[in-house]
Amino acid sequence: MRDFVNQKAKLLQPSGIRKFFDIVRETEGAISLGVGEPDFVTPWKVRAAAITSLQRGYTQYTGNRGIPALLELISRYLSERFALDYDPKHILITVGGSEAIDLALRACVERGEEVLIPDPAYVSYSPLVTLADGVPVQVECREEDNFVLKPEYLERAITEKTKAIILTYPNNPTGAIMTKEELEKIAAVIVKHDLLVITDEIYAELTYGKKHVSIAGLPDMKERTIYISGFSKAFAMTGWRMGYVCAPAAIDEAMFKIHQYGIMCAPITSQYAAIEALKDGFSDDFATVEDMRDSYDKRRKFVLHSLAEIGLQCFEPQGAFYAFPSVKASGLSGEAFAESLLKEEKVAVVPGSAFGSFGGDNVRLSYATSMQSLSKAFDKMGAFLSKRK
Amino acid sequence: MTALEKNILDILTEDARITPKKIAAMLSVDENEVKTRIARMEKTGVIVKYTAIVNDEAADESVVEALIEVKVTPKKKEGFDGIAKQIAAFPEVKSVYLMSGAYDLAVLIEDRSLQQVARFVSERISTFDGVISTATHFLLKKYKIEGTVTEREDADNRILVQA
Repeated sequence: MRDFVNQKAKLLQPSGIRKFFDIVRETEGAISLGVGEPDFVTPWKVRAAAITSLQRGYTQYTGNRGIPALLELISRYLSERFALDYDPKHILITVGGSEAIDLALRACVERGEEVLIPDPAYVSYSPLVTLADGVPVQVECREEDNFVLKPEYLERAITEKTKAIILTYPNNPTGAIMTKEELEKIAAVIVKHDLLVITDEIYAELTYGKKHVSIAGLPDMKERTIYISGFSKAFAMTGWRMGYVCAPAAIDEAMFKIHQYGIMCAPITSQYAAIEALKDGFSDDFATVEDMRDSYDKRRKFVLHSLAEIGLQCFEPQGAFYAFPSVKASGLSGEAFAESLLKEEKVAVVPGSAFGSFGGDNVRLSYATSMQSLSKAFDKMGAFLSKRK
Repeated sequence: MTALEKNILDILTEDARITPKKIAAMLSVDENEVKTRIARMEKTGVIVKYTAIVNDEAADESVVEALIEVKVTPKKKEGFDGIAKQIAAFPEVKSVYLMSGAYDLAVLIEDRSLQQVARFVSERISTFDGVISTATHFLLKKYKIEGTVTEREDADNRILVQA
């Protein structure tokens, strides 16, 4: 029999996290700081709206782009919260931010073209570039630079084959954000080399101290930017798979076709839930979102304090809900640290190596976890480290 | 109350057993500052007491609770305060609130049996000078106590390790 599997798919590296997940699952009573989603359940009002939509019999396809009322609300949301100007007719509702990333790459990348990806970053970008026949190129983001993308590193990574750059701030796993000034420096390099920007801003609502700035809002950037966001992180709606993508007309049209043929439309129930999330948000200045952010912030501070106390050095995360401490002080690599910590103390963290080639000395801790679990986890990590001193 | 005190209260009302050290870490302030503020709030009566929320049903504890609506003729000078304080003094009484609307005092009472509650109403509350009438409602089931839903949503279904 022939080998039916496509070579590209076959050669795709399995996610480094997957392997670790299997060990964690088999460790009874493990405290996991490895979770990558909010610990809040979707607010009840939003769930209730979805239930109502089902009771009313809204169980059909929607238009390919999404329910018009939702597109209008997203347009208003982006304008009021992030000063971005997107016409509803250039917004496309996707099955999570994930589909949007895939669409953006498939719509724009030609065979052999290079796509720059900050490293460390979320695990999906590089495989999706490969699947789109592109070539992923990692650009190092160093801890001493606060994990932001530096223009000189960017400049060095650019070749004549470079087509696009993926930006992903606030960043998973580092918690880094990029300020307006830092983005402006990057934007200048991007314009100079005529690159496309794919910006994944799924954590935009979760910044602590500084308000999020989108590169899409900088002068001359909108026409070369694909803006991706969604409801998962800000509204605690991961399982609903509600993302959206905004892009210049020509790119939007190409993505629309791929979405139309490949997906048809995002689930209608989730779209009704998203409508309620935004309507409710506008009614009280997004108090629910602010409350959740406030809760993450308290835990972020506790985590930073506790890391210092047990002697792990950590860059102060300004966004998302992750801390990315260096574990050099333990004498272990991130991977060995994560494995031993799980074996000896039953605390799960994710080795930084899962997020690229430059986070090997770090681990990612998610503080989207109850204070009780965080407290226990740090007691155990403290014990783990004191054995190694 | 200051913003810091408000923040401390938010944390304490969620988990009263959390240590001042942890509160200090969560709010990025000095531990002694937290201790001082808590002591001050205890002293001034902002914090009344620290308690546990018990779900009697789950604890298999047979107690009877009732909400008693009490109509009262307010007294000269002291209004409702005198009688409200007298009712509040009974150990069986868990809460006493002055209400707007069809009745005046809402009295939450807890006792060992239905008969005990009935006796308390007829022999204690009704006999107060100024009490016009009472209406007793027994609690059948608690769905939410002090902001916490008793039948928990499946606590944490999240995938343990994810990107």
